[in-house]
Amino acid sequence: MIQLEKIARSFTVGDQQVAALRGIDLRIAAGDYVSIMGPSGSGKSTLLNLIGLLDRPSSGTYRLDGGDVTALDDVQQARVRSEKIGFVFQSFHLVPRLTAAMNIELPMMLAGVPPEERKERVAKLVENYGLKDRADHRPDQLSGGQRQRVAIARATSMNPAVLLADEPTGNLDQATGKEVMALLENLVEQKVTLILVTHDPLLGGRAARQINMVDGQIVSETGRSG
Amino acid sequence: MRAVDVARFATGSLRGSPARTLLMMLAMSIGVAAVVVLTALGEGARRYVVDQFSSLGTNLVIVLPGRTETAGIGPGLMSGQTPRDITLDDAEALLRSSAIKQIAPLTVGSATLSRDALNREVVVIGSTANLLEVRHMSIGLGKFLPPGDIHEGASVCVLGNQMKRELFGNEQAVGQWVRLGDRRFRVIGVLASQGESMGMRTDELVIVPVASSHQLFNTTGLFRVLIEAKSRDTIEQAVRDAEQIMLQRHSGEKDVTVITQDAVLATFDRILTALTMAVGGIAAISLAVAGVLIMNVMLIAVAQRVKEIGLLKALGAPGRRIRNLFFAEAALLSGIGSVAGLVLGYAGSFIIGQVYPSLPVSPPWWAVLAACATALGTGILFSVWPARRAARLDPVAALAGR
Repeated sequence: MIQLEKIARSFTVGDQQVAALRGIDLRIAAGDYVSIMGPSGSGKSTLLNLIGLLDRPSSGTYRLDGGDVTALDDVQQARVRSEKIGFVFQSFHLVPRLTAAMNIELPMMLAGVPPEERKERVAKLVENYGLKDRADHRPDQLSGGQRQRVAIARATSMNPAVLLADEPTGNLDQATGKEVMALLENLVEQKVTLILVTHDPLLGGRAARQINMVDGQIVSETGRSG
Repeated sequence: MRAVDVARFATGSLRGSPARTLLMMLAMSIGVAAVVVLTALGEGARRYVVDQFSSLGTNLVIVLPGRTETAGIGPGLMSGQTPRDITLDDAEALLRSSAIKQIAPLTVGSATLSRDALNREVVVIGSTANLLEVRHMSIGLGKFLPPGDIHEGASVCVLGNQMKRELFGNEQAVGQWVRLGDRRFRVIGVLASQGESMGMRTDELVIVPVASSHQLFNTTGLFRVLIEAKSRDTIEQAVRDAEQIMLQRHSGEKDVTVITQDAVLATFDRILTALTMAVGGIAAISLAVAGVLIMNVMLIAVAQRVKEIGLLKALGAPGRRIRNLFFAEAALLSGIGSVAGLVLGYAGSFIIGQVYPSLPVSPPWWAVLAACATALGTGILFSVWPARRAARLDPVAALAGR
């Protein structure tokens, strides 16, 4: 359960204050499939970063599962990210020197999951995402679609409640993009909250709930859930 | 995150750029090797000097005419000139001290040694039977000077090993007569070959009874009196007694110097240890340079891996974990570099030891320890800044590669 109240975020550019978000109020229930759309510069990525605890709001409160997470320090926020949030990026962000399997293992390694359990979970994820014969390949030996599949497998390895995807198909062709979207939507069926940021209305239209942003404000919402 | 995983991750990122890693390790290992080799040399020099001193005798106290104020080598020690000589009676009087085990009076002069037509200019030492024990000499053939009244000068001599060879070749020397200056001496013994010890070649000496040398050179004074204290603990007592006795015998005038081998040895020891440390310190500068290199390369690594750092943050790594990952990398680098440097350093010391066999080259344990500690220390110290920089990166900016 994500609750945003009067969230504002401004950046200092030169000696000017630029507001990226102005008073966002948003509630997203667990298991929702939400897309955030808007032109570039509308603040949709900034909002996603705030929800993912990669950034802090200038003002306002953010509650995650009832607890105020804006007040947490670096270490506590890192733990929340590790346990509850998964990221899927447009440019995949795989570590180039690590194999696909090791990239998937990375969040569990950082969280200190015992090696036996890691191995087991990685094997399962590799199987589920059809990467079995690619597990020992490094990212530069994988196709774009395979890379994004590795990234999704990595994002779900800690069984997060929320999955944040920023233009996950932006670097993929249409066919592979559809494939990747199917994988993400499959996760929604498993009660994962999926928040998708895109500038593509076609893609965003697939979500049960759509939020449109312009100039740091939510201008319209469709398919509002609880 | 588990320690094993930290190490594995750090190893992985080091392997990710092998050329860079190798160069940094090379810098580190050269630094460590330099410290090891240079301190080994210094330590070798120190032990060489210490060995030389101990070959002079144990628990040795030396009385010499003239007064010098320092324990080291002064003008009086060099020239031995004094208004009043140390006589044989003075030397015998020293035996009154309970701390003194035995004494060996010593005169030094030079004379022509001849046998038939063979002539040789030699250093003549006048002493007593005790010299053999006090100075740790060993006899090769025949006998050393006979014990007895030290005032009686028998016409016997002991030849150094080389003197014997030069005058007699392979012939029997013991029992033969030689001429020393204007007197004839019977050879009663030949010293075992000992080589050089403290600048005095025992192989080229001729030793005669002290009274005979007094007659030969027409003197009554002694060059030195060597005293062997009863034990290590009584050395100080022996020094005090010797000073006291000489004071009494010389009508209250302090005109002799009593030095202990320990004091001289300690001075040399201190000087050479300081020298070793100084040389090691200079070598350690190369370690500091290696540290700066590590910092530089780490900063580049942080800049190159900005996206990776951003990703690690997004995946739930707090700043301090990222810092520790970079520390682990630096520690691994300098650790492996140190080990390589130790191998290099010991190999270098071994080679030097082979080239100069008389020098007991071996790096002192404290230098080895200090070199490794410095390597690890500088490695980690110089990675503090890069690691902190990495830890403080803003995840959003880092993910965007900014």
